[in-house]
Amino acid sequence: MTPLLRDRRAVFGVAVLAIVAAAGVAAPLVTSGRPTAQGDIVATRFLPPLAGDHAGGFHLLGTDRFGRDVWTRLVYGARVSLAVGTLAVLLSIVLGVAVGAAAGFGPGLVQLPLLALTDFALALPRVVLLLVLAELWQPSAALVVIVLGLTGWMPVARLVRAEVRSLAARPFVEGAVALGVSRGRVLWRHILPNALTPVIVAAALGLGNAVTLEAGMSFLGLGVQPPAPSWGNMIASGRDTLVNAPWVAAAPGIALVFVVVACTLVGDALQDAWDPERRP
Amino acid sequence: MLLPLARRALAGAAVVAGVVALTFVLLRLAPGDPVEQLVGPAATPEQTALQRHALGLDRPLPAQFAAWFGRFARGDWGRSIATGRRVRDLLGDAVPATLELAGLSLVLTYLFGLAIGALQASAGPRLDTALSVTTVTLFALPGFWLGLALIMVFTYWARVLPAFGTAGLDADALTGWSHLADRLRHLALPLATLTLIGIGGTARFVRGAMRDVLSQPFVRAARAKGLSPFQVTRRHVTRNALIPVVTLLGLSLPALFSGTVFVEAVFAWPGVGRRLVEAVRARDYPVVMGATVVSAVLVVVGNLLADVATAWIDPRVRQARREP
Repeated sequence: MTPLLRDRRAVFGVAVLAIVAAAGVAAPLVTSGRPTAQGDIVATRFLPPLAGDHAGGFHLLGTDRFGRDVWTRLVYGARVSLAVGTLAVLLSIVLGVAVGAAAGFGPGLVQLPLLALTDFALALPRVVLLLVLAELWQPSAALVVIVLGLTGWMPVARLVRAEVRSLAARPFVEGAVALGVSRGRVLWRHILPNALTPVIVAAALGLGNAVTLEAGMSFLGLGVQPPAPSWGNMIASGRDTLVNAPWVAAAPGIALVFVVVACTLVGDALQDAWDPERRP
Repeated sequence: MLLPLARRALAGAAVVAGVVALTFVLLRLAPGDPVEQLVGPAATPEQTALQRHALGLDRPLPAQFAAWFGRFARGDWGRSIATGRRVRDLLGDAVPATLELAGLSLVLTYLFGLAIGALQASAGPRLDTALSVTTVTLFALPGFWLGLALIMVFTYWARVLPAFGTAGLDADALTGWSHLADRLRHLALPLATLTLIGIGGTARFVRGAMRDVLSQPFVRAARAKGLSPFQVTRRHVTRNALIPVVTLLGLSLPALFSGTVFVEAVFAWPGVGRRLVEAVRARDYPVVMGATVVSAVLVVVGNLLADVATAWIDPRVRQARREP
């Protein structure tokens, strides 16, 4: 872990993610009022950042067209964005590890079909699937998690399969098999723990990707539905008021960029820390 | 060379067929259908049923799919239920717009990505870090948000570039150079958006690939025998680093298409992605199916071309394919 602590990228990335996550968890403490609260719309809408309103409320990032506080919505939106992203990545990792392990170490009969399925799913245009799937049910955060998870497991499966196959040829696996350990136990206790490194890197990079895609789906109106705040639908609503209130769309976009940069840096740092050949 | 290519083409056709069948099923599982929007809220159940019957939507799903596929195979892509236009004409207008945007963006993305990545691989730590911060930020930018930011700056504040569509209202009255200039001005912002979000990932990948090659023994040998740094880079490093980069080219096509969908939505660019979004919303089945076929074919053909290019620049891949 020491090289990671010395890596400025990792420190920065973890710090950003920790701050955003902490703000999201402690949302009621760092904001005042509900994210959907709206008072006298005519008097409080489109207040610029750092402005106070007639009722004495202070708006760090200004207000949107319904007079809702952008900072409050941003913080509550962080909850949605991070939760949806994390759950989606978790789902795709579980699916990817299961398929990858079975395709690399399972019975010969399932290996080829699983591999073909992975390649097939990898070739599907993801956005087309997202669009069609998102129309299947009422758009919601849960739907985004399921859709992103179901369309994101393939790269993980390929990684795990390659790793499992190379580990399966190593002497310690042969040794375990020779001792009469069952195949399932060999996979679970000896192979998978050693194959997790690239999976964790993929998870860090995947989180950034999932957060962006969630925002994209919500932007197109297929994800989290207003008035519940999500960074994607905040950008979408800010789009309509781009001229007179650019801060409404700017704030969630900048937050999004910070989170995705943080995920990428953490992923890069982890990869370099675990793979000495790639160390800069 | 030819036999593996035929096999890959066959696999590609299977993928397209799979995507189309999957889309068909998913689309029909979704609640709502185009008829409800067509007949409006005031229609009686009889009128709705009549319209549904006229469109053949009351038949069993397999029969509908067979009927659609039979007509499609003969070149009849059907008519849009929402607008009545022929799907072929609708997409015939959209495909060139998407190809223009995506193709130009691909070229620019790779030119800049290769240049920045190669510069980073050979630069000192300071420049490398500065460029890394830039590329990681570009990589993180969501296309739809960057598009809005560019519109804000160049359309509303500086008032120099248009934000919507492919041509101005007066486009038909313009001739020659002013017509071309109008097209280019409309292309500028969407193209810049799509290219900027692509450069980050490409440059990061090129930098990694160059670094991997730089640490190989043959590079040390080339330096040891006294070749100039330029010669080492050009003849030994770049050529070997190109192999993973060309492979990435094929793999990045689906992502490019995804990016195009969002950019088209922001800039009202009349391409395949925008048609697809509109058609899915309106449950306009024939248009969704046509657009799905087109986008799947674009992605599959792109991957195939990248495979061919990899074999072309890497003698080892050619060899390996010849000896199965």
